[in-house]
Amino acid sequence: MHSHPALTRVMSMVVFILLWQAAVMLFTPELLPAPYAVLTNLMSHIDSGELPHHLAITLRRIAISFLCAMLLGSLLGLVMGHFKRLDLWLDSVMTLALNVPALVTIILCFIWFGLNETAALIAVIVNKTPNIAVTMREGARAVDKRLLDVAKAYQVPAGRTFIKVYLPQLYPYFLAAARGGLALVWKIVLVVELLGCSDGVGFQLSLFFQYFDITSVLAYTLAFACIIFALEAGVLRPWERRVLKWR
Amino acid sequence: MALTYQIDIANKSFKDDGGNQRTIISDLSITLTAGEFVTLLGPSGAGKSTLLNIVAGLDTDYQGKVKLALPYGQPARVALMFQEPRLMPWLTICDNVMLVCEGASSQRRSNALYWLQQVGLSGAEYQYPAQLSGGMLKRAALARAFACEPDILLMDEPFSSLDIPAADSLRNLLTQLWQARRTTVVYVTHDITEAITLSDRILLLSSQPMQIQEDVSLTAQRPRNPLDDELFTLSQLFKQSLADPA
Repeated sequence: MHSHPALTRVMSMVVFILLWQAAVMLFTPELLPAPYAVLTNLMSHIDSGELPHHLAITLRRIAISFLCAMLLGSLLGLVMGHFKRLDLWLDSVMTLALNVPALVTIILCFIWFGLNETAALIAVIVNKTPNIAVTMREGARAVDKRLLDVAKAYQVPAGRTFIKVYLPQLYPYFLAAARGGLALVWKIVLVVELLGCSDGVGFQLSLFFQYFDITSVLAYTLAFACIIFALEAGVLRPWERRVLKWR
Repeated sequence: MALTYQIDIANKSFKDDGGNQRTIISDLSITLTAGEFVTLLGPSGAGKSTLLNIVAGLDTDYQGKVKLALPYGQPARVALMFQEPRLMPWLTICDNVMLVCEGASSQRRSNALYWLQQVGLSGAEYQYPAQLSGGMLKRAALARAFACEPDILLMDEPFSSLDIPAADSLRNLLTQLWQARRTTVVYVTHDITEAITLSDRILLLSSQPMQIQEDVSLTAQRPRNPLDDELFTLSQLFKQSLADPA
């Protein structure tokens, strides 16, 4: 019926909200506000200027830690993928880093570096870098040597080989790392803010939790989800389409 | 004196799966005269591809010396056409050819378009390799090989995976391009008819270790018919030598 994928996406959201509304009307639960109540609440938070303020701070933290983690993780992953001996050395450390709970890293960072912005950012970066490195290591291992041989046999200049022959083989892995990275980073940033910051969405959520203000919790979540959704649809997906056009 | 290129390989060996050292090439010496079309004809597995990889600079793990220098000492420009087309799937056909050209971007583009037109790929320049047939991909690879304006063009059984008519038409195309350009070609094949149709000179190789068994010059006019008396006799001779190495 709905052959248009965008329409299907929208429809699934509409169905979800209708079900939510129906549940509220049927059971009139005390702890679940209706979608409409959440929306009005959201508007008042936006009007007061408090939500944009905290959202901007959180988005800034996400952007910085995401970019740093992507950069560090990619470098580490590519180096590990290309140098077997180094890979062997770092592999068990990597497995360890992947399996340390985010909470532990966050607590340690705040204890070691103090309750400040830098500690918060480091905590997120340390959490995320290993995941990106693992993905990029796969990418480096999958690089087709036969295509690099073409560039070598034709004496293609190094810079051109890097941009036209090497990097394109990594794009799918960059994309996968960025996708997974974004999804994880924003969740970790909220936890970091909950534990050791005096502003940001995570901090606000902890306040609402103390007052049992469920409507505000949902309103903030909604605002946040919308932005992540927009990033995914407006940046990541078009980039993917462009880069993987040849398929 | 005509310009020559010298290939001397004292030893090329590798460890096989059993850990034994196997010698593929020993004491092989080939002198190429600039502008000639030389075919290395030998059985599959003789190490012909290995030899080409050494000459192309992809394999440096050997003893010997490959001297490919132009009159004033600058290195000769080498191109290698592989058995498979080996085009970058994420680049358009035109970008694939441009990749190996030298000069400013606009010059590289016009050069690429010229060679794509020469191989009959006008109209497919901005398509991706996945959209083209096997024969068209070979044409694109051939355009790429000529577009970098090589002094020496190495070809590793480039048409072996094609059906007979497609391979025939590509061989004719190669002969035309080569006659117009007169670049030095080193062509590797195990197909006697192909060798006889294309070459100025055929080096018949034996295997393990690789050795030159015969060095034959061909003077017949092109285009050639491999069923002509002279050529047919020669091919029978090669067939015997390949079946029963001395």
